[in-house]
Amino acid sequence: MYNYCVIGAGVIGGMVARELEKYDRSVVIVEKAGDVAMGATRANSAIVHAGFDAHEGSLKARFNVRGSVMMESVAKELGVKYQRNGSLVVGFSDEDKKTLEELLERGKKNGVRELRLLDREEILAIEPNIGDGVTCALFAPTGAIICPYELCMASVGNAMDNGAELCLNFEVSAIEKTETGYKLTAADGRTVEAKTVINCAGVYSDAVAAMAGDTSFTVIPRRGEYMLLDRECGSLISHTVFRCPSKMGKGILVSPTVDGNLLLGPTAENLEDKEDTATTAKGISLVRTQAGEQVKNINFGKVITSFAGLRSVGSTGDFIINEKDGFINCAAIESPGLSSSPAIAEYVVELIRKAGETLTPRKDFIGKRAPLHAFREMTEEQKSEVIKKDPAYAHVICRCETVSEGEIRAAIRQNPKPHDIDGIKRRTRATMGRCQGGFCTPYLVRILAEELGVPETAITKFGGNSYLNLGLTKNRK
Amino acid sequence: MKERNLTCIVCPRGCSLTAVLDGDKVVSVVGNACPRGKIYAEKECTHPERTVTSTVKTADGSVVPCKTRTPVPKEKVFDVMKEINEVTAGNVLRIGDTVIENAAGTGVDVVICANKG
Amino acid sequence: MEKMKKNLVIVGGGPAGMAAAVAAYDKGERDILILERDTALGGILRQCIHNGFGLHRFGEELTGPEYAYRYEAMVKERNIEFMTDTMVIGIDRERTVTAMNKEHGIFRIEAGAIVLAMGCRERPKGAFNFAGTATAGIYTAGTAQKFVNMMGMMPGKEVVILGSGDIGLIMARRMTLEGAKVKAVCELMPYSGGLARNIEQCLHDFDIPLLLSHTVVEIHGKDRLTAVTIAEVDGSRRPIPGTEQTIPCDTLLLSCGLIPENELTRGAGIEMDRVTNGAKVNADRETDVPGVFACGNVLHVHDLVDYVSEEAAIAGGAAVRFLRGETEANTLIELATDGKVRYTVPERITEIKETKVFFRVGDVFRDKKIVVRAGDEVLLSKKKQKFAPGEMETVTLPADALRKAEGKTLRFSIED
Repeated sequence: MYNYCVIGAGVIGGMVARELEKYDRSVVIVEKAGDVAMGATRANSAIVHAGFDAHEGSLKARFNVRGSVMMESVAKELGVKYQRNGSLVVGFSDEDKKTLEELLERGKKNGVRELRLLDREEILAIEPNIGDGVTCALFAPTGAIICPYELCMASVGNAMDNGAELCLNFEVSAIEKTETGYKLTAADGRTVEAKTVINCAGVYSDAVAAMAGDTSFTVIPRRGEYMLLDRECGSLISHTVFRCPSKMGKGILVSPTVDGNLLLGPTAENLEDKEDTATTAKGISLVRTQAGEQVKNINFGKVITSFAGLRSVGSTGDFIINEKDGFINCAAIESPGLSSSPAIAEYVVELIRKAGETLTPRKDFIGKRAPLHAFREMTEEQKSEVIKKDPAYAHVICRCETVSEGEIRAAIRQNPKPHDIDGIKRRTRATMGRCQGGFCTPYLVRILAEELGVPETAITKFGGNSYLNLGLTKNRK
Repeated sequence: MKERNLTCIVCPRGCSLTAVLDGDKVVSVVGNACPRGKIYAEKECTHPERTVTSTVKTADGSVVPCKTRTPVPKEKVFDVMKEINEVTAGNVLRIGDTVIENAAGTGVDVVICANKG
Repeated sequence: MEKMKKNLVIVGGGPAGMAAAVAAYDKGERDILILERDTALGGILRQCIHNGFGLHRFGEELTGPEYAYRYEAMVKERNIEFMTDTMVIGIDRERTVTAMNKEHGIFRIEAGAIVLAMGCRERPKGAFNFAGTATAGIYTAGTAQKFVNMMGMMPGKEVVILGSGDIGLIMARRMTLEGAKVKAVCELMPYSGGLARNIEQCLHDFDIPLLLSHTVVEIHGKDRLTAVTIAEVDGSRRPIPGTEQTIPCDTLLLSCGLIPENELTRGAGIEMDRVTNGAKVNADRETDVPGVFACGNVLHVHDLVDYVSEEAAIAGGAAVRFLRGETEANTLIELATDGKVRYTVPERITEIKETKVFFRVGDVFRDKKIVVRAGDEVLLSKKKQKFAPGEMETVTLPADALRKAEGKTLRFSIED
């Protein structure tokens, strides 16, 4: 019997679990997938929004503005790359300018600091590659970029380092109210019992709530398609460039990432299938067209990969965060969910307190976590010191991103441990470079099989049946 | 008289050859840039041959490259592969070591192509 | 940090790096160091276990590992120093090489001369923007080659190959021999990018269809690939609606071009050729940075390793002449192309002497001539039955002809 069971190891579940670990209570996280950060957290715009978008008085506005303020210090504590690069919402017409003025007013009401409108001259002064048709922009210096799955891995990992347990491949199929709390049953028959359940199940948060008897809302998946460009394109712009929302929708963004790549997207398409993360020719073509209007000189020949993510769009139009009988919903967390995540976690504790629990902070909680990318950012002298202690750090496995065997083995041993090649990719950047794993995948298979103590043929790309190899040659079993 | 168009595989130049056949006998070859092309066309029309390259497993569970020392009849390629798939080589190997003698009755040995151990 | 000094540092211990080292040694240089990132010398040849190597260089047909071993033996006979598992992470214009390995950590070498021989990589799947999900089972042909030939694993059982480059063709045969079913090879262009002999012996021998002017438009499957949809393309390489067909398969191999690995070269600010994606060089294979040479697939993608060895020997020998102050850096003749000829190597000539020029064409040309002009004057004209993009061509320009071109631009063209 745990005190808290968090359903879903995305960025919301991770931040909530870590927040709960600050108190003297036991926490278990159950996750349907074979790794953390596998839903919306894996594929989104990686933006910490300033907070001018959401309507005044909404949960989105409240948590976004608060989360945006908290994020820098949270990221620092967790060793997650964060960069306050500022954002621009660019307009192409007088009509757009009116919209930007409205956004400015809304932002001010929401409490966003330092917002101001820029004319073309002023935009060009800070973004020389802005599109030729851009006439005006709303500038938000507090906008920032972050790596969402790194934040998720770090928060889950930090929660685990402080005592939380993580159950992977635990797909909740039934929730039963018991005398002391809730009993969760997984599709494979495993069970977990906890006094309080926190539903952070992303696109499935409506289904999970329904299992506990709450059918007051639904969540639909909204697909967003993206393109990621080589690191040599990341310096094309320095700010995140949003498109002014219009009747045609919110439009896409063009943004550098904290790792120096250039990210374009997302499209917005409501779907029925909550697993459909396929890219489409139509979506990718829309991203190309819009991105080219917002920012010029994008070299589409340098696209490394295209991918799609699903946002959890709720039936109320706002985040759905509430508590009843020890069952807490953190549902329909679409954009600005990543930005809001630290504030949502803080609010969950508030809800628990309101429900009558007395929470005492632990003295032994360690909030700091060594960054996964520490070695990458060391000076050559510091690296040499590390190499002296562990020569594996001098053995480069991924040559495009210069990731060493030492970093890969450390990542495999650190909480939350990866079990597949994509898990290593998200933790170390190995395979994420120009050759896309062409050279290093076979080596990663070997290292991961060795670390996990399984045959090389058991290694998957991302769990399930995503086996990299389908057997051995020479009639071997 | 029958004509047969071939692509020479002797060297990377890949000459387009035309062989004129009288029954199953090659009467003339055109398109070849060197004498080897003529020999290839004659063989290809009468008894085509291929070098088989693959790997053999070793006692320690890895694989090492191997090949037939000389080309074998084309129709025997998969028979040779069957024997290659069955055999287990040692852990200390030198280029040219014979791993299968007279593979699939072709009279051709399969030899190791890389050093190991 | 450990610091070393070497007369000649060679970055890469594949066929190019080893041949450059051997040539430099044979010209009298003794202070040579080869840096290789993999666990052994040999480069990509170690996984190219098929035959067909060495006909020009050794007059016999060898497999890749055998060809590599010939050079490895030459390196070892000469006691040329080499480090494996060593990654070069930077070079600069002062010819300082920064590298890392388990033994020395991060270390620097002040080099008298550098030969770049890092080879090339395959165009990855991201470059294609396939519609569909990121399933397992999509590999570049070279990655599959490593799995099958080096690790004894089968990346798939039912295979479609996109691109008819030589590695793709070779892997069609390799997968078939190892028991997989190769269902089709799709090629975007109306001609194959591979050698004719490989289409013959790797596809025709096994009745594997080669679908020219076809591409993959969509991939299917959630965890592992289950099928690909292919379509015919029009003259501008766009899929033609209505021609789609879906082929069940568990594996898609990509063989759609090779890209020289020039991150180090670019990092040093060396002038690049936009067509080859390699450095611009003179006939010595010297880049615009004095004492830095490049050869093999890092300079331009070769079709035959024999030519890689030949070019590397030029670079290795020239590096020794540079160390002795015997090379010329001033450009006397620039080489230009008409587009039908895509590129030449070298791109400039700094010494008037007999010079062999490598070039590639951008389309298939039958019964045409390669013509070399200086101004209006035709210096050379050579007819050929067939020019193909997959094959590297050469012309040798005698010293007399070059003398006439001094101060001018040499224009290479394909003409009737």
